[in-house]
Amino acid sequence: MAIFEYAPAPETTKAPIREQYGLFIDGKWTAPRSGQYFETVNPATEETLARVAYAGDEDVDRAVRAARKAYDKYWRKMRPADRAKYIYRIARGITERSRELAVLETMDGGKPIKESRDFDIPLSAAHFFYYAGWADKLEWAMRAGEQAQPIGVAGQIVPWNFPLLMAAWKLAPALACGNTIVLKPAETTPLTALALAQIAAEADLPPGVLNVVTGDGATGATLVGHEDVDKIAFTGSTEVGKAIQRSVAGSGKRLTLELGGKAAHIVFADAPMDQAIEGIVNGIYFNQGHVCCAGSRLLVEESVHEQIVVRLTDRLQTLRLGNPLDKNTDVGAINSKMQLEKIKELVSSGIDEGATLVQQSCELPERGYFYPASFFTNVQQSHRIAREEIFGPVLSILTFRTPEEAVEKANNTPYGLSAGIWTDKGSKNMYIAQYLRAGVVWCNTFNQFDPSSPFGGYRESGFGREGGVHGLREYLAH
Amino acid sequence: MSVTVDAVMLEARAGSLAKRSIKTTTKVAGIKLAIACMDLTTLEGKDSEGRVRSMCAKALHPAPHLPDVPHVAAVCIYPNLVPVAKDALRGTAVKVASVSTAFPSGLSSLEVKIADTLEAIAAGADEIDMVIDRGAFLSGHYRAVYDEIVAVKTACGSPSVKLKVILETGELGSYDAVRRASDLALEAGADFIKTSTGKVGTNATFPVAVTMCEAIRDYTRRTGRRAGLKVAGGVRTTKQAMTYLVIIKETLGESWLTPDLFRIGASSLLDDLLMQYEKELTGHYAGRDYFPMD
Repeated sequence: MAIFEYAPAPETTKAPIREQYGLFIDGKWTAPRSGQYFETVNPATEETLARVAYAGDEDVDRAVRAARKAYDKYWRKMRPADRAKYIYRIARGITERSRELAVLETMDGGKPIKESRDFDIPLSAAHFFYYAGWADKLEWAMRAGEQAQPIGVAGQIVPWNFPLLMAAWKLAPALACGNTIVLKPAETTPLTALALAQIAAEADLPPGVLNVVTGDGATGATLVGHEDVDKIAFTGSTEVGKAIQRSVAGSGKRLTLELGGKAAHIVFADAPMDQAIEGIVNGIYFNQGHVCCAGSRLLVEESVHEQIVVRLTDRLQTLRLGNPLDKNTDVGAINSKMQLEKIKELVSSGIDEGATLVQQSCELPERGYFYPASFFTNVQQSHRIAREEIFGPVLSILTFRTPEEAVEKANNTPYGLSAGIWTDKGSKNMYIAQYLRAGVVWCNTFNQFDPSSPFGGYRESGFGREGGVHGLREYLAH
Repeated sequence: MSVTVDAVMLEARAGSLAKRSIKTTTKVAGIKLAIACMDLTTLEGKDSEGRVRSMCAKALHPAPHLPDVPHVAAVCIYPNLVPVAKDALRGTAVKVASVSTAFPSGLSSLEVKIADTLEAIAAGADEIDMVIDRGAFLSGHYRAVYDEIVAVKTACGSPSVKLKVILETGELGSYDAVRRASDLALEAGADFIKTSTGKVGTNATFPVAVTMCEAIRDYTRRTGRRAGLKVAGGVRTTKQAMTYLVIIKETLGESWLTPDLFRIGASSLLDDLLMQYEKELTGHYAGRDYFPMD
């Protein structure tokens, strides 16, 4: 009998959600010329949250024109210290409304409230604070002979896994450098970007400096193809990233891509074992595995494979899956029905290919899109579940015998966004890290982020960096 | 060889367990559980017969006007006061625990420590809270520490006498050392491993409790024998107590949430638990004077 079962602890803050949202263009909320709206759904309940304007070609064009006008009229000419004031104001606006934004993010995207509250929203504010400080110090980001100049109008397309945070990563450095923006949030998670537009409006950001156009892939493609856009920044799937790169080829547009990943998470036999388990759990079950840098390919030294499987199996049972708004929920809802189907399809391919599936035993809520925390043992490098990005709470466990083999297997992927290493030996950590082809390598930790630290990929994980001075340079003509 | 512990990730894990939201029915259940698992303690130079009798009365009936509140698990006292506590608690289910082995420093000969223990047992102590020799542990004489625990366990005689081994984690200097001392005490036959004496600057902490739970979990997995955890020192608030329950539940499992396998050594904590309990029942905080002191 349960003697200390956690009672429901739902977050009680209410997020104001309008019935219908227009497009945020030139500082005003406007009806879409397309005349169309689409619905955004709470993936934990399958209930419609709001109707959101669909930006067609003409709407995207209006947004780009507004951004161009604002660029020429105010933003590029503004004293950098004054630009900083606006960015600081946005940062404070996020902080002041942090709880409300966390609830909104959780309702629209399905992630646990403890993550949106403790990770997404505070880190979003931190990016604005960080880059606000850069606005009047841009020459320090320059190399000898370079002049700090903005690029112009930036088209920014963000994904559904960290909707506000990914917008913040892109908006903050772009604004600090004096660019104006047309932001296209993901189709399934537009609400926090729209809330951010409202915060920007309340911060008196000059009209047109930030425009938000909601829509689907076609909206994004129109933005990418618009001739008056100078820079495209995209975070999303490798497939779409490749299409974007093809489309901008020869146009002179600057491009940064942050794409998929299949991160190797290496655990050596001398690792601090219980903390490694926490690292593994954080690496793959954080945000239901909807993380491009997720530690989805676990490489464990053969001699500790068995004990890791035992420990991880036990740990899975303590994960609490359910209502994302409950403060004790560890695993929330899968972002969309489509994504849930994709996860299911890849898991069944793993079973067909002969891997062994272990899942947390829990009842899934009757409504909503949920998938239990899972991992596969007996996975081989050739299996689809070892090569393709699942983007769900599903880990593939492989083994290695020597450090060389660990490095070889870790690098044997078309991706290269992140990697993790667990060993109690500092020298081994440093030694292995230098051979991993990944943009970020975490040693005895995972999923650590800071605005001052650059993030980005190798090979099919994209190019360009976000965060830090590196992220700043992506928004400067030099 | 003990597994190593990474401090940064351990503290992050302990921090996330401390953020569990414990409300309403869970809080009421947790408060009762914390009281039922409490070793109500007085370990001061000025302890007297009167003081111990008064504490024993409270141990038995923590709040007479709240009949659903259970009695505590045990009282924890100095060895010379065991006869007083035994007399006060005769015929009840509240156990008498005696500190032993030259508590709190543990710096005496083995003969003195054994004599200390035998005297407490002879006076009727149901449980012995011994300290390890931290000096020996920190200078690498693990065997000596181990042998001493085995000797005290033998002196306890009947297996019904529970031996709690105090590691004094605040003096061990690292989580690696906490883990190693935990493994050593468990192998030597400790029925409980206990964090602290309450007599040094740093007492029980959440990361230390997590580490000790992990040692117990791995030991039980290896041997099949279930050992318990006692957190002691500095546990003063209901919120802290709830976090320790969360740590036990999520590291060892709910079956460890019993006085046989979990104890909280505390004194003033009881009053805060009672105040929070009444608040959950009535919706109001009562002042301290509405609860018997001691």
